[in-house]
Amino acid sequence: MSRAVRKTAGAEGWTGPLLSVEDLNVQFKTRDGLVRAVNGVSFELNAGETIAILGESGSGKSVTAQAVMGILDMPPASIPKGSIRLKGRELVGLSEKDYREIRGTQIAMIFQDALSSLNPVISVGEQIAEMYRLHDGLSRSDAKTAAIDVMQRVRIPAAAQRFGDYPHQFSGGMRQRIMIAMMISQRPQLLIADEPTTALDVTVQAQVMELLAELQRDSDMGLILITHDLGVVADVAQRITVMYAGRTMEQGTVDEIYDQPANPYTIGLLESIPKLAETVERLPAIRGLPPNLLQVPPGCPFHPRCPLAQDVCRRDPRPPLETVSEGHVSSCWFAKEVHARGGLRV
Amino acid sequence: MSEFFSGRRETEALTDGEPVTDQLLDQVGEDAERDSQALADQVRRQEAEAAASEQLPVSGARPRSLLGDAWYELRHRPIFWVSSVVIVAVLAIAIFPNAFADVDETSSLTGGCNFDNYLQPPSSQFWFGTDQLGCDVYSLTIFGARPSLAVGLIASLLTVALGSAIGVIAGFYGGWIDAVLSRIVDIFFGLPLLLGGIVVLTAISFPSIWGVVFVLVVLGWVSAARLVRSTTIEAKGQDYVMAARALGASNSRIMWRHVLPNAIGPSIVVAVIGLGVYIGAEATFSYLGLGLQDPDFSWGTMISSAQEVFFQAPWTLLFPAGFLTLTILAFILMGDAVSEALDPKRQK
Repeated sequence: MSRAVRKTAGAEGWTGPLLSVEDLNVQFKTRDGLVRAVNGVSFELNAGETIAILGESGSGKSVTAQAVMGILDMPPASIPKGSIRLKGRELVGLSEKDYREIRGTQIAMIFQDALSSLNPVISVGEQIAEMYRLHDGLSRSDAKTAAIDVMQRVRIPAAAQRFGDYPHQFSGGMRQRIMIAMMISQRPQLLIADEPTTALDVTVQAQVMELLAELQRDSDMGLILITHDLGVVADVAQRITVMYAGRTMEQGTVDEIYDQPANPYTIGLLESIPKLAETVERLPAIRGLPPNLLQVPPGCPFHPRCPLAQDVCRRDPRPPLETVSEGHVSSCWFAKEVHARGGLRV
Repeated sequence: MSEFFSGRRETEALTDGEPVTDQLLDQVGEDAERDSQALADQVRRQEAEAAASEQLPVSGARPRSLLGDAWYELRHRPIFWVSSVVIVAVLAIAIFPNAFADVDETSSLTGGCNFDNYLQPPSSQFWFGTDQLGCDVYSLTIFGARPSLAVGLIASLLTVALGSAIGVIAGFYGGWIDAVLSRIVDIFFGLPLLLGGIVVLTAISFPSIWGVVFVLVVLGWVSAARLVRSTTIEAKGQDYVMAARALGASNSRIMWRHVLPNAIGPSIVVAVIGLGVYIGAEATFSYLGLGLQDPDFSWGTMISSAQEVFFQAPWTLLFPAGFLTLTILAFILMGDAVSEALDPKRQK
């Protein structure tokens, strides 16, 4: 079977979602005990669509992404339950060899810190060209031409001259572009961006997000944006999943979640975004810290930090995902009430 | 719902007519205090994390082109230039001995040494004097450089190649592969170099320099293996390794192309220092009569035969020993300079 055939295999006549994650559970065996990093997360992504996974550090958002990429170290990590399907093909339990053929060609991932994600001892051009040699079997000179092409596509000025430069010789924004160039070189159908703009300053953030959105439009690829920054999400994503302590707290369209959040945690995240139109003495923050995943509190994991917490929140079972409106679910005993209050946000 | 996340929320809830009471203001102040406490904790944690990541040697806060930086560092070190001059001179002697000494005229090396010149002191004719066979010590010293250096170069190259390969495999795969390889390393680490060398060289005879090379490599690869294993474990955890996996690179590709080039730095230092040590070890084995055998000779064999006549003719010992010491010193100084240049923590 030639590579071209394999790339489109499964695509013929497939009308379902590009990616569907169902009841995903990921745990890590550590010396101190079992860490349940992801508990029953589900979401779907269609071609050409952008979804965002939001959450603080330790919420399990990056682990979810790594599980989809199949780059978790197993052991210590394991997926005891759940399914990840790419165009209907089950990825959980796929052999390393089969997975390797998917990675880079069908699914790719952009990392937060482009500087540490690029090999410091190999020139950036070489690193991009390697993708073409590895996956397409191009000759050295053809791969170089292709690499310069893709460097131009992500708008690296003087791409041909900068082919031989090393990662440290580029600015932060340019490095992230190089990372993006590597990742889109094989025209993947699914791109996961794990905090792609966190390490960049604000103006560069906007440029990089714009570039990602543009590349997505051109190629109809599905994009999963992983971030803790609600501000980045609003313009690009269609749907949002809010995660906390490895659980889905709320899920819905961007408009729904921004206008009528149905979970106190989401409200807390929304409130902590600085707004240009307002002057406040200090930015409201969610007090406290995310829980240690070895000792997640019983009941709703957010209850120790939640201003609405009642007795029912402090006891097991955990609140189930409740539908508050079509396609909008929230894991909170008071989801309906919070949702009904609407426009809580200032 | 009187308290919701922030002081702002509370005062807002009260805007429909009720006055803001002192009690609520106190509440707001407490909340703010708790928030700032949490924030301060978070900042401290982040700072600690940042500090921790800066301590990673090769690729921490400022990963750069490793060799480019090292070269920049080296050029500004006098020790590097001094040792370079010595090393280049010795290499030139080893590669082109005929440019420095003429075998036919000054003396004959093999079969042609003239007994009439038995133990002559240094003079204008015999710069370094002659030995008990009437051979010119200067010519012998010049021609003895090649086997000495060859042993050092070949042994340290093979040591680093073998040690790095085994170290990177152990560090990269971990688990039982690491356990088995590390135990093998431990076993070899327990073998004393000199004793092991004497046993092997006595039992088996090798042509020319290969016996000494064999012994040095077999007993010497372990330190490179240990070093590369630990740097590999560190490099393996770097983001670019995960990125390479996300791009569909296979294990062997990641190992040889992404991990090894970033893990091999310290073992280059070991190789340079090892070069000096191995030249000395060859001399030791030759002194014990286990190194090079006639008609081959090196600085080591010269020192060995000089012991019989040392008090009558100290020049027979001093010149080859001086060259040997100077060469070893140059390589060790060079190793120091390289190691400092490769260590990002020492960079200004």
